[in-house]
Amino acid sequence: MVDRDTLPINVLVDIPVLNEGAMKNSSPFVAAPDHQRALGFPGELVDDWQLRAIEKLGELLKKSRALQVYMDSCVKCGACTDKCHYFLGSGDPKNMPVARQDLLRKVYRRYFTFAGKHFPWLVGAEDLTRDVLDDWYSYFHQCSQCRRCSVYCPYGIDTAEISMAAREIMDHIGKGQKYCNEIIGKVHKIGNNLGIPEKALRHTLQDLEEDIEEETGVTVELPLNKKGADILLVTPSADFFAEPHVDGLIGYAKVFHQAGVSWTLSSYASEAANFAMFIGSYEQMQRVAERIRKAAQDLGVKRIIFGECGHAWRVAYNFLNTLVGPFDFLDPAYPVPQHICEFTWDLIEKGELTFDKSANDHMTLTFHDSCNVARGSRMGDKPGGQFEIPRAIIRACCNNFVDMAADTIREASFCCGGGGGLLTDDLLELRKKGASPRMQALKDVAEEHQVTHMVAICAICKSQFSKVMPEHGFGMDSIVSLHQLVSNALVLDVQVTGEPLDSLNEGQ
Amino acid sequence: MAYDYNGTLVEHDEEGYITDISLWSPELALLIAEDENIDMNDDAWEVINFLRNYYEEYQIAPAVRVLTKAIKKKLGADKGNSRYLYEMFPYGPAKQACKIAGLPKPTGCV
Repeated sequence: MVDRDTLPINVLVDIPVLNEGAMKNSSPFVAAPDHQRALGFPGELVDDWQLRAIEKLGELLKKSRALQVYMDSCVKCGACTDKCHYFLGSGDPKNMPVARQDLLRKVYRRYFTFAGKHFPWLVGAEDLTRDVLDDWYSYFHQCSQCRRCSVYCPYGIDTAEISMAAREIMDHIGKGQKYCNEIIGKVHKIGNNLGIPEKALRHTLQDLEEDIEEETGVTVELPLNKKGADILLVTPSADFFAEPHVDGLIGYAKVFHQAGVSWTLSSYASEAANFAMFIGSYEQMQRVAERIRKAAQDLGVKRIIFGECGHAWRVAYNFLNTLVGPFDFLDPAYPVPQHICEFTWDLIEKGELTFDKSANDHMTLTFHDSCNVARGSRMGDKPGGQFEIPRAIIRACCNNFVDMAADTIREASFCCGGGGGLLTDDLLELRKKGASPRMQALKDVAEEHQVTHMVAICAICKSQFSKVMPEHGFGMDSIVSLHQLVSNALVLDVQVTGEPLDSLNEGQ
Repeated sequence: MAYDYNGTLVEHDEEGYITDISLWSPELALLIAEDENIDMNDDAWEVINFLRNYYEEYQIAPAVRVLTKAIKKKLGADKGNSRYLYEMFPYGPAKQACKIAGLPKPTGCV
């Protein structure tokens, strides 16, 4: 748990003037019937939606003790009110975490508590009306499930869990979100969020191999579906497609090359992301995760390593074993799963990687802690490893590193503004507003310490920042992948992947 | 929701991507480009044609890097870079150019 006594108080961002209803009309496109049905949800809003929503809420309360506690335990102390980036960016009081929770809590009280059933006006209980449902759809898609508010809540109430439950209820009455549900369908059908088929993936990887060879003179492989490889790398499909993600992928490949390990990607499990967490669906989350287990078994690997993806790492670190374990077919000498940062840092600690740090001298860097890594998981074997390891890697391969203000990093990190299934163009205004606290913190270090670039280890963060940074006076390439820095500075040996490093080092 | 050119209606989704990609034509591309405020000069057509050929072979839009490289080969280094591609398609060469090329929108963390 976070030590609250050491948490800095929030002084950086001014509390905005309240602007009631400012974001009422911000809501994402509703999923088309086909996208809904592909996941087993009703195609459109069912006639008896009210009854079925209440039933579903009852079911979730029974299944999740946490949700029941979160519904009951808020004392309206107000500690969370100014902690949400969407509230800070929009001023809409319904974006205060307590108000967001209350959208579900008031319905819970009305139908599931004695006082709410008999004296609703005394306890803020309300009927589930069409207006309330509209508010749910709007404001539960203005929560990026970043869990910053829960860090400051004295009861540890997790708004992310509440927004996941609300989205789960809405999916079950036929009002799902297009962005998430279309994407989850693509994973089931093709294997990744982007819908990249095997042939295209193979072509992209070969293209990258050519680029690396052209640039470095060294043959670095990016193997696909290589049976008998030791390591299966599962990474967000954005790493195959977008900038600066792909530069991170090149970095992982160079690290594997330099470590002399055999590794492979899988076209069947060509996605680390698991958007099912965003919609709160355990069943979907399990189906998506199952692909990783199957790929690992089919390829006969000994280890699974995850690339730079925030929520994927939360799912992997916390839930993978529960969802689709046990992973007793993997080598017990290694954690299941591992993060690419853990792998790289381990090599650095052993002195097995050589860096030419001057390759990154044209940048002064700062690190953006991605929510799901910072507040939803850990790295390495020490508390706080998820904060220390990425920073240690940056320091190992860069000369110029400065942290942003203490109340905006580590467990107090501000969300990029696009997490939790909100990285969609129909929510661009919300995303811009939500990014503003992070952008302010970045501007401060840019002015004080001449920071030029920000590093992230999450595909969503990278895409979100490359979109919104230009609005704040930064170039779209001011956001970089952590393993892009590793890639820039890593000194490569000319070697064939698979041969042990030592045998080559002996001759040097 | 549909594009109307010369009396032919071609359906599109909420964001303007046509729903039946077989109904695309260069004339429709010009109409979509007009909606998007994109000047369809020869270079822009080079991008659109590459996207369509790539899609035909691989059933997906090319990675940004693959696109950049292809344009570099065809139009030279001063145009084969993401800066120039974003100048042509300010909303992103993948998303906006795909819309004009009549291809599905790339989804995911992009």
